Amino acid sequence: MASRAASAAAADNDPADNGTVAIAWPRETRPPETLGERLRPYRAVLASRARSQRAYRTSFALDLGSSALVGLVELAEVWVLFSNVTALGGMRFNQILLVFGLADLAFSLADLSFGHLDTLPDFLRAGTLDAFYLRPQPILLQLITSDVSLRRLARAAVGAAALGIGLVTAGVTWDARTAVLLPLALVSGYATFAALYVWAAGLQFFLLDGAEMTNAFVYGGRYAATQPASVWSRPLKLVFGFFFPMAFTAYLPTVTLLGLPAPDWLPAWLGWCTPAAAAWSWLMGLLCWRWGLRHYQGGGG
Amino acid sequence: MTSAMNSAVGNGAIIEADGLTREFRVRDGKRRRLLTAVDGLTVRIEPGEAVGYIGANGAGKSTTIKMLTGILVPTAGRVLTCGLRPVPDRRRLARQVGVVFGQRSQLWWDLPVRESFRILAAIHSLTPAAEARRTAELIEQLELGDFLSVPVRQLSLGQRMRAEVAAALLHSPRLVILDEPTIGLDVLSKQRLREFLIGERRLHGTTLLLTTHDMGDVERLCDRILVIDHGRLAYDGDLPGLSRTAGAERVLVVDLAEPLPDLTGLDGARHLSSEAGGLRQRLAFDAEQTTAAKVLAAVSAEAHVLDLTVEEPDIEDVVRRIYAASR
Repeated sequence: MASRAASAAAADNDPADNGTVAIAWPRETRPPETLGERLRPYRAVLASRARSQRAYRTSFALDLGSSALVGLVELAEVWVLFSNVTALGGMRFNQILLVFGLADLAFSLADLSFGHLDTLPDFLRAGTLDAFYLRPQPILLQLITSDVSLRRLARAAVGAAALGIGLVTAGVTWDARTAVLLPLALVSGYATFAALYVWAAGLQFFLLDGAEMTNAFVYGGRYAATQPASVWSRPLKLVFGFFFPMAFTAYLPTVTLLGLPAPDWLPAWLGWCTPAAAAWSWLMGLLCWRWGLRHYQGGGG
Repeated sequence: MTSAMNSAVGNGAIIEADGLTREFRVRDGKRRRLLTAVDGLTVRIEPGEAVGYIGANGAGKSTTIKMLTGILVPTAGRVLTCGLRPVPDRRRLARQVGVVFGQRSQLWWDLPVRESFRILAAIHSLTPAAEARRTAELIEQLELGDFLSVPVRQLSLGQRMRAEVAAALLHSPRLVILDEPTIGLDVLSKQRLREFLIGERRLHGTTLLLTTHDMGDVERLCDRILVIDHGRLAYDGDLPGLSRTAGAERVLVVDLAEPLPDLTGLDGARHLSSEAGGLRQRLAFDAEQTTAAKVLAAVSAEAHVLDLTVEEPDIEDVVRRIYAASR
């Protein structure tokens, strides 16, 4: 609030009067100076989106309910599977709960904040992406903050509950190691899934009707992440173990956390490398995005 | 960096294009071919000018605008907008340029107009004081007061266009680009919008560049006209010059009290056609040589006139003539 008042006072002086350089930004507008000012555009849009989603209480409650239901059905699927077997890929049900919870919580949060990137083809078809070019922020940041899907909170709650139950029943030792590994895995998992959305959005510039194809990887990736990677075939381990590092979002940290035997090609120490997997995903996602933007602007590439 | 900043301050041109060219690879059935949308455009526009950028559909107007604002990368040539290179300096340029696309909304369709303004003020880092001042100014001049709390999707076309214009001008850009701002508007809405733009230019020295199919927009708003045809600049000059070059005529349509034979021998007017056995007659005249009032006086001397309309020269027709003349 104080910084707002200060900038208001500054506005009454001519911006060129601050003594240093005589660059008069045209009349009212000038680049933001503080972090708060830099974040203001994104905050304004997000706050408004969040408000409008909660405006109709019944509809919002229904949205939350249906979103929770989807999460519960997927959890039930795992439970049904385990009512027939006692262990899968060297894991018992409560251990799988840990994998499921970790992956689903990270994915739901990424979906909440990045999921609407899959509406990019609509912008491209309607020609409304151009409006983003006319605003002084990076295109990708504008798109990410153009919406937020609050109803996904319900699904995140299902994931969090599964994770909680898994943590309590799977025999996790509560020490400093766990206190580092768990948040690290959660944050990296979130970033990895988020990058997957960016990657998919970058490809939309070329595919236009390719959301189906990229969704196969995004939602296929989420599904893979909730499974024990030890049951995967080798090609699958390459694709969802390393190229799209889904095994890093939940399975590998769980193996490390519980000290379980690790499968071929996926040694247990990889459970500590979740930030590297996130960084790799973002590198791939951003390259893809840049490539897509260049294609859109027709600058070659 | 420094040179770009210096020229942004104001001694340079607001738009400076040199050999600006844009090609598209298009699929034509099974074959691919190269389409040149803008072909070697060289033009310089000074601060404060009001320029009409006219041409037929597909002549290259929108492609030019996209290159000026950093949306499209030119295939060849060079362009500076507000002294900045549009693509690499896009974000700095966005603070100095406002663009209105007549057919594509830049507002949030489900948000009230006022909330859209609030978000745009945040996007352009307006201080609360500047935001309040500018919003009040635009609300008053564009008469937005009645529908500020209405979601954009519920606005009439005329209301929405006024809101779009306000949104594009909220950050007081030095250059305002309007892509067919009056398309589909009724006469009154067109008139209001034109008056606002004239006032904005007078008050703030804003440079206007507008594409339009409406000769009225050009006549009332622009002191310079660029005609583009097949991507090439076919005319650069003022409106009288354009009419001279194109030989475009205005048409006076009169409804008479009684049917008359064709009014052929009138001074300065040429009979085009008659309808309803001579009750309605169409008379072409050259706006350079005479006025609608003089032609009307000549008609009134021969008949009792009940009603009249003046038809402007069709812009497509003007462009066609210009293009034929420039070849």
